[in-house]
Amino acid sequence: MTLFLRLLALSTVLFIAACSSPDRFGDGNSVDLSANQPGFAIEPGSASDPTSPAFFQQNIGDRVFFSVDQSTLDAEAQSVLSGQAQWLLTNSDYQAILEGHADEQGTTEYNIALSARRANAVREFLVAQGVPGSRLRTLPLGKERPAELCASEACYSKNRRAVTIISTGALS
Amino acid sequence: MRLLKIAFLAMLAAVPATLSIAQSGPLQIEITEGVVEPLTFAIPQFQAENAGSDELARDISRVIASDLSGTGLFREIPAGSFIANRTTFAEPVRFPDWRAINAQAMITGAVGVDAQGRITVKFRIYDIFSGAELGQGQQLLGTRAGWRRMAHKVADQVYARITGEAPYFDSRVVFVSESGPKGNRRQRLAIMDYDGANIQFLTDSSSIVLAPRFSPTGDRVLYTSYETGFPQVFLLDVASVGRRALRTGDGLMSFAPRFAPNGSTAVYSLEQGGNSDLFRIDLNSGARQQLTAAPSIETAPSFSPDGRQIVFESDRSGTQQIYVMPADGGEARRISFGEGRYSTPVWSPRGDLIAFTKQTKGRFAIGVMRVDGSEERLLSASPLDEGPTWSPNGRVIMFTRETLGENGAPSIYSVDITGRNLKRVELPSAASDPSWGPLQP
Repeated sequence: MTLFLRLLALSTVLFIAACSSPDRFGDGNSVDLSANQPGFAIEPGSASDPTSPAFFQQNIGDRVFFSVDQSTLDAEAQSVLSGQAQWLLTNSDYQAILEGHADEQGTTEYNIALSARRANAVREFLVAQGVPGSRLRTLPLGKERPAELCASEACYSKNRRAVTIISTGALS
Repeated sequence: MRLLKIAFLAMLAAVPATLSIAQSGPLQIEITEGVVEPLTFAIPQFQAENAGSDELARDISRVIASDLSGTGLFREIPAGSFIANRTTFAEPVRFPDWRAINAQAMITGAVGVDAQGRITVKFRIYDIFSGAELGQGQQLLGTRAGWRRMAHKVADQVYARITGEAPYFDSRVVFVSESGPKGNRRQRLAIMDYDGANIQFLTDSSSIVLAPRFSPTGDRVLYTSYETGFPQVFLLDVASVGRRALRTGDGLMSFAPRFAPNGSTAVYSLEQGGNSDLFRIDLNSGARQQLTAAPSIETAPSFSPDGRQIVFESDRSGTQQIYVMPADGGEARRISFGEGRYSTPVWSPRGDLIAFTKQTKGRFAIGVMRVDGSEERLLSASPLDEGPTWSPNGRVIMFTRETLGENGAPSIYSVDITGRNLKRVELPSAASDPSWGPLQP
């Protein structure tokens, strides 16, 4: 975990360094691995702040994808979810809503049940990685909220998804 | 007197291409390659019995004609070809004038409005070729606001007397009215007359609502709402639009609710740890009973009309298929064995057929099969058809047809169980998930 955090901080700093004037970092040759070093202009809550939901969404990856009718997590999904688990363990003030979704190639109520399976597969993975179940809530949305709207597999494959929404509020 | 009678095309695919009508008179329905030659009718505009009822008389006449023509079983003869000009309700019918324009049936009527705003509709139905009245004249009394219902009542009488079938025009449909972009639809529960008129909203659009179902008497609606933040079964009273969440399972998600024929029991899916099973609940006592216990998805239940069995869908075989089990649970037997996936089974009010959604080769169809799964027939096909619901007389099916793509939107369609007369129900906005209520008293 510590290594992971350091890597996160490093990538953030390198990202900022690449985008900012070298003057901000003095001679531009030193890279400080401490994310909390005064003088770093990381805007709290922005995607550059490793503790922010925006960072989670953009850098960890907030979603995983599924095959038709399936709720099993492939290697790529497991990799993304491992990152999510680490982030949630580090940022323990946050809760997460695990949305399950289905593509429109299925009937409404079956898709609710299928998307519940997908959300639960994510939940079980995160819990197995040590995230307390009390911080997670599943929300099956069936085919009611597609992310992509075209009528082909290019879109359907992006709609068969589970999305982890980070929140600070209590989970009802 | 000879009876006018349309013999309905038998529901089976195996029906002979020509079906002779059980009568010897001149009135015959020619069925050629499955197409019924519609019965022709004339409906001279109903007489206005007093000042102020003229417009109402015209409107009522039009709704009656629209109901009958809309079945595909009747064809209206336009008023422009009439020879006779009727001036009073009481004057005798000159049958030769109507035979000359090939009218097989005629409906005459009169509409009056009294000082209190109540309206009276009188009507008679004639068998033109027999030269006799079909049944007896009737008089209906109602309110001005209920004029469309009175027109449907007249059309129901015409339909019932001519076909010998129970009618369905004076009925309502609960559905989901939709607006907004496809990625973020706004959904509201709404009720309409069967023909799309008189839309009333039952909920606002603040939460996702799914798959409403009418109670057997049409006074309540069961549906799934996300208003508590996750899917949960709600019961709504139509008259007051008051609603409450059912206590379907402590803190668990529930969906796909359906009434039992007795109106006091419901069955639904309960989700727990990613698994969905069927439960039933007594709506009065709240007592719950688990009906299925399988690691697969069990949902979309529907009671048999006698309340003794439940048909539902399950993917326990690996794909969605249709099963039948006793109403209190127990061993289920699979009834769908064709190619593809079968879902959303709905038992017909007559008890003899199951309507369903079928997916095969990337397309959707609405179909019907016998209760034992035999004699499957498909009634529609499109990129996305789903969710059949039966007319109160079991002769017509409504369902959702959705167009695909970014600007895609759902509409409600209807089709005769013979597969004929497929048409869109004209509504002012996108609409889905119809549930057809009972014939109103």
